[in-house]
Amino acid sequence: MTDYFIGHVAYYFIILLLIIGLWGMLFKRNLLKKLIGMNILQSSIILFYVVSASKYNATVPVLNPKLKVIEPSQYINPLPHTLMLTAIVVSVATTGVALALLIVIYKRFNTLDENELLEKMK
Amino acid sequence: MIFEHFPILIPISLLLGAMVSAPVGIWKRKLTYPIALLASSVALFFSAIGLVYVLNTGTHHYYLGNWIPPIGIEYVVDSLSAFVVLIVNGIGFFVMIYSHKSLEREMPGKEVPFHTVALLFLAGLSGMVVTGDLFNLYVFLEISSLSAYALVSVGQKRAPVAAFRYLMLGTIGASFYLLGIGFLYLDTGSLNMLDNAKIIPLLSEKGLVLVSLTLIIVGIGLKMAMFPLHLWLPDAYTYAPSVGSAYLAPIATKVSAYVMIRILFAVFNPEFVSKYYNFTDVIAWLSAVGILWGSIMAIAQNDYKRMLAYSSISQIGYIGLGIGLANPLGFIGAVLHILNHALMKATLFLVNGNIFYRFGTTSIPMFDEKLRKKLPYTTAAFTIAALSMIGIPPTAGFFSKWYLVLASVDKNNWIFVIVIGLSSLLNLIYFFRIIEKLYITKKSDITTNEDVRMNEVPISMLVPTLWFSILVIVLGIFNAYIVDYILKLAIPSGMI
Amino acid sequence: MNSYYSLIPFYAVIVSLVGAILILISSRKPNLREFWTIGAAIIKFVLVLSLIPEFLKGNLAQCDILSIASGISLAFRVDGLGLFFATVASGLWIVTSFYSIGYMRGLSEKKQTRYFASFAVALSATMGVAFAANLVTFVLFYEILTISTYPLVIHKETPEAISAGRKYLAYTLSAGVILIIAIGWIYILTGNVEFHVNGILKTANISSTQLTTLFILLIIGTGVKAAIIPLHSWLPSAMVAPTPVSALLHAVAVVKAGVFGVLRVVVYVLGFDLLQTSGLWKILAGFSATTIIIASLIAFTQDNLKRRLAYSTIAHLSYIVLGVALLNQTAFLGGILHLAAHATLKITLFFVAGAIYVKTHIENISEMDGIGYQMPITMGAFTIGALGLAGIPPLNGFVSKFMLINGTINSGSWMFIIIFLISGLLNAGYFFPIIYRAFFIRSGKFCTIKEASLYMLVPIMVTAGLSLLFGLFPDIFFNLYHIAQITSSEVVNKIVVNINQVLSIGL
Repeated sequence: MTDYFIGHVAYYFIILLLIIGLWGMLFKRNLLKKLIGMNILQSSIILFYVVSASKYNATVPVLNPKLKVIEPSQYINPLPHTLMLTAIVVSVATTGVALALLIVIYKRFNTLDENELLEKMK
Repeated sequence: MIFEHFPILIPISLLLGAMVSAPVGIWKRKLTYPIALLASSVALFFSAIGLVYVLNTGTHHYYLGNWIPPIGIEYVVDSLSAFVVLIVNGIGFFVMIYSHKSLEREMPGKEVPFHTVALLFLAGLSGMVVTGDLFNLYVFLEISSLSAYALVSVGQKRAPVAAFRYLMLGTIGASFYLLGIGFLYLDTGSLNMLDNAKIIPLLSEKGLVLVSLTLIIVGIGLKMAMFPLHLWLPDAYTYAPSVGSAYLAPIATKVSAYVMIRILFAVFNPEFVSKYYNFTDVIAWLSAVGILWGSIMAIAQNDYKRMLAYSSISQIGYIGLGIGLANPLGFIGAVLHILNHALMKATLFLVNGNIFYRFGTTSIPMFDEKLRKKLPYTTAAFTIAALSMIGIPPTAGFFSKWYLVLASVDKNNWIFVIVIGLSSLLNLIYFFRIIEKLYITKKSDITTNEDVRMNEVPISMLVPTLWFSILVIVLGIFNAYIVDYILKLAIPSGMI
Repeated sequence: MNSYYSLIPFYAVIVSLVGAILILISSRKPNLREFWTIGAAIIKFVLVLSLIPEFLKGNLAQCDILSIASGISLAFRVDGLGLFFATVASGLWIVTSFYSIGYMRGLSEKKQTRYFASFAVALSATMGVAFAANLVTFVLFYEILTISTYPLVIHKETPEAISAGRKYLAYTLSAGVILIIAIGWIYILTGNVEFHVNGILKTANISSTQLTTLFILLIIGTGVKAAIIPLHSWLPSAMVAPTPVSALLHAVAVVKAGVFGVLRVVVYVLGFDLLQTSGLWKILAGFSATTIIIASLIAFTQDNLKRRLAYSTIAHLSYIVLGVALLNQTAFLGGILHLAAHATLKITLFFVAGAIYVKTHIENISEMDGIGYQMPITMGAFTIGALGLAGIPPLNGFVSKFMLINGTINSGSWMFIIIFLISGLLNAGYFFPIIYRAFFIRSGKFCTIKEASLYMLVPIMVTAGLSLLFGLFPDIFFNLYHIAQITSSEVVNKIVVNINQVLSIGL
């Protein structure tokens, strides 16, 4: 049981991050904080992929004698990591769009607080 | 032959169009529109070629860069995806024709970015449809979503706020989807859809797969605005510019519905999702609630566009219901409704654009006979689409409902039958409310007795509107051919 | 009966749709527009008539146009019942077209183009209903009929007209939804929606609960347009429509399409045998008998002439329904004949009501004292219509009612004979006061009024004359009687309603 817990500690951390991110997105009043929540959420997923493909005492799957790989299980699957490069790009783009929106919102309504916004939009 | 490359050519031509139109547009603004139109028409052309090709030679597997799957990315175009991608580009092309004049009026000077974003949006949607790779789908999903946020945000004063909310919920949806395929990848070691379809039945331990499927359904459900995950939709559609919502409403949510079908019935299989685990039942029941809720909310709206937004939620419910019934008739009903609803909503939102173009508002209480006299053809198009929404034969809307009724009866689920019937009557209420206003002379108008001249919108706006409304009738009458020659080929194996 | 391929029924349906388009195009030129109406009406009638000789030889025209839903085709098939109904409806459309022109111009109504176009579409839909070979084709035209008559109901655009329109749509479209659900169910149960003389469901293996539910759904689905009480209340409200609409649509096309639907459903979907063995005919007979009596009684209380006519229509529609519900050949024949008889008679009465309205703007019976002196031809026609509906020889109402009663005697249902007789008296009771007022109470207030224009007067005389001719020589025109006879004998006639069963309801 303890082994199981210790072995998966990274995942609990990721779940915690995910929940923090979601909570921030859904319940924070300030739109900028929502955006930060969104970034935390995305990071947690990126970490999830990265963690899932990480391995101790293993290396890149390149056939090179210098790496002294004896059996195939010592290779790391590089795919999740590479996928996350794309995901990071997507997340940056999303953040960019969101920030642009926030700038427009702030210019128009002079606030980023959700309650005040609702008040002003009436 | 270049035609064999059509799966990649569809999104590529749109992407290329977007890349070219932006710099060229900065140099000479007037060139943007022709370039965008050209790109869109090329994509439409290849979509049509694709459908013909697939119907003649069967499912087309295209290996990107000749990398054999599961190593490389595979694009799969079968009759279903060829059908949906044709809908996407068909709607996209005509809305693009339409958008020119409407943009000139609503956001002068911003044509360049708008057309570019619209092309990106279409590219993302087309890519989602043709791809056979789960992660590739995520990338296209985000391309289309990001451009959708942009399309919404340039609208009325409140649009950025609606777009931001849309962005938040959309990103949650996409993140859930990403997490879901992460779990799937952990379990099966593959991101290729067909590969996964082979591996999943062999797994002895289903726990991880179930988690992944749940996450994917929630994620795609958010994108598709499936009840109760629709909260972003009304504001986004209402505050977007009229062209923006004309792009979004007919195809964006439909493509997500298509993805839902793909994931449930092609990656997983019908038995798995409906027999062993009751995912489809949950979807069906939620959709049934959504159908009624959307219709009732639509009745309560005073703004035409907002009413359409709520009616979209109810119409998406029909698609969800068809998916959730998980039998061949339900599948046919759902996919046919993707087409029908795309046409009806395109008509209705273009009508919205026309009204806004002439009157600058779409508030229902101000609709009156003058509007009809000024815009007789627009009103006619509206009437046809409205009848189709209610489900009067022989318009298209009747037939998807017909298949859904058959499917529900086949499943012995009478509550769904009642829901479909009831929702037709609710649609009747909120559409005839408008039809009455448009066609009936008010007493006060007789006394003022002013002569209202016909003053239709420019021809480039009118033609797409009428074209879609004519298609609503024509495709309604000829729906059996679509069903027999295209959709029946697409019924997922293992669906009984 | 053999069948042969012919596109004539399709043309008969489509001709007035084309007409509607032409009418819309020529909206600026009233004369051309009216020419299209008349032209379409005449061509349609000729097309329908051209089907009769082959039918009498025992050949049924049939055509599949296209596949309308997966596995179901848009198909037309001209059987006796459909041909009979189509002949009556299309023949009377010609008359009504002339009358409409007179009426609309007489009142210089607005939006006449919309009126004539909707009218043409409604007639197309009626032909489609008549010739439909399967339930899906049937319901398709049934719904088109509903939608195309909505603009006619709200034509006056007064608040009453608008609320009548809403009521009309709510009733008929709800019924449409119910009918569609029932059809879907039948399709799933049997895989077949083609009309058949013995019914579709006979061969299907269905439980009695399913049968009962289906029966109720089907009867509600068609019964709303047939105005069976308690599904009738849209009809009196819809009387705000212009009189030609009430005349053709609310006495011939729409309500008859409903009754026709009931006949189709009872005979060609459920089948006599099935209704007999399950005893479901009692429900239908009971409701229609009640409708006859109640509607006639309500008619007494109506002062508005058109509303009185509407309630009388409700009662007479149920004659036809009762005729078929008795599951007896002669009664069925009577029902079919009454479909035509009531059409010519009631259309005459409505025409008269319209003529009076155009000349005097009077709608209430209590104000019509002495009008017969000024409009003798009109009121004479009214008398013929009223006598016919009361079932007095030598009018066609007598023939059909005679057959109905005859059939009822054959089946031994004394209860229903009494109902028919009482209803005849009630008819006389609510029509004769009008004739009395018109001819026997003198009043000077109409002295300036003349007969209506020839556009209106001729149709009135024609329909009244037709009623008389069909009463004297039922088979005189187009072998209508013969067609009805063939139709009724086609339906298996061996069934005799058990007397004990009848007594059990009677008691």
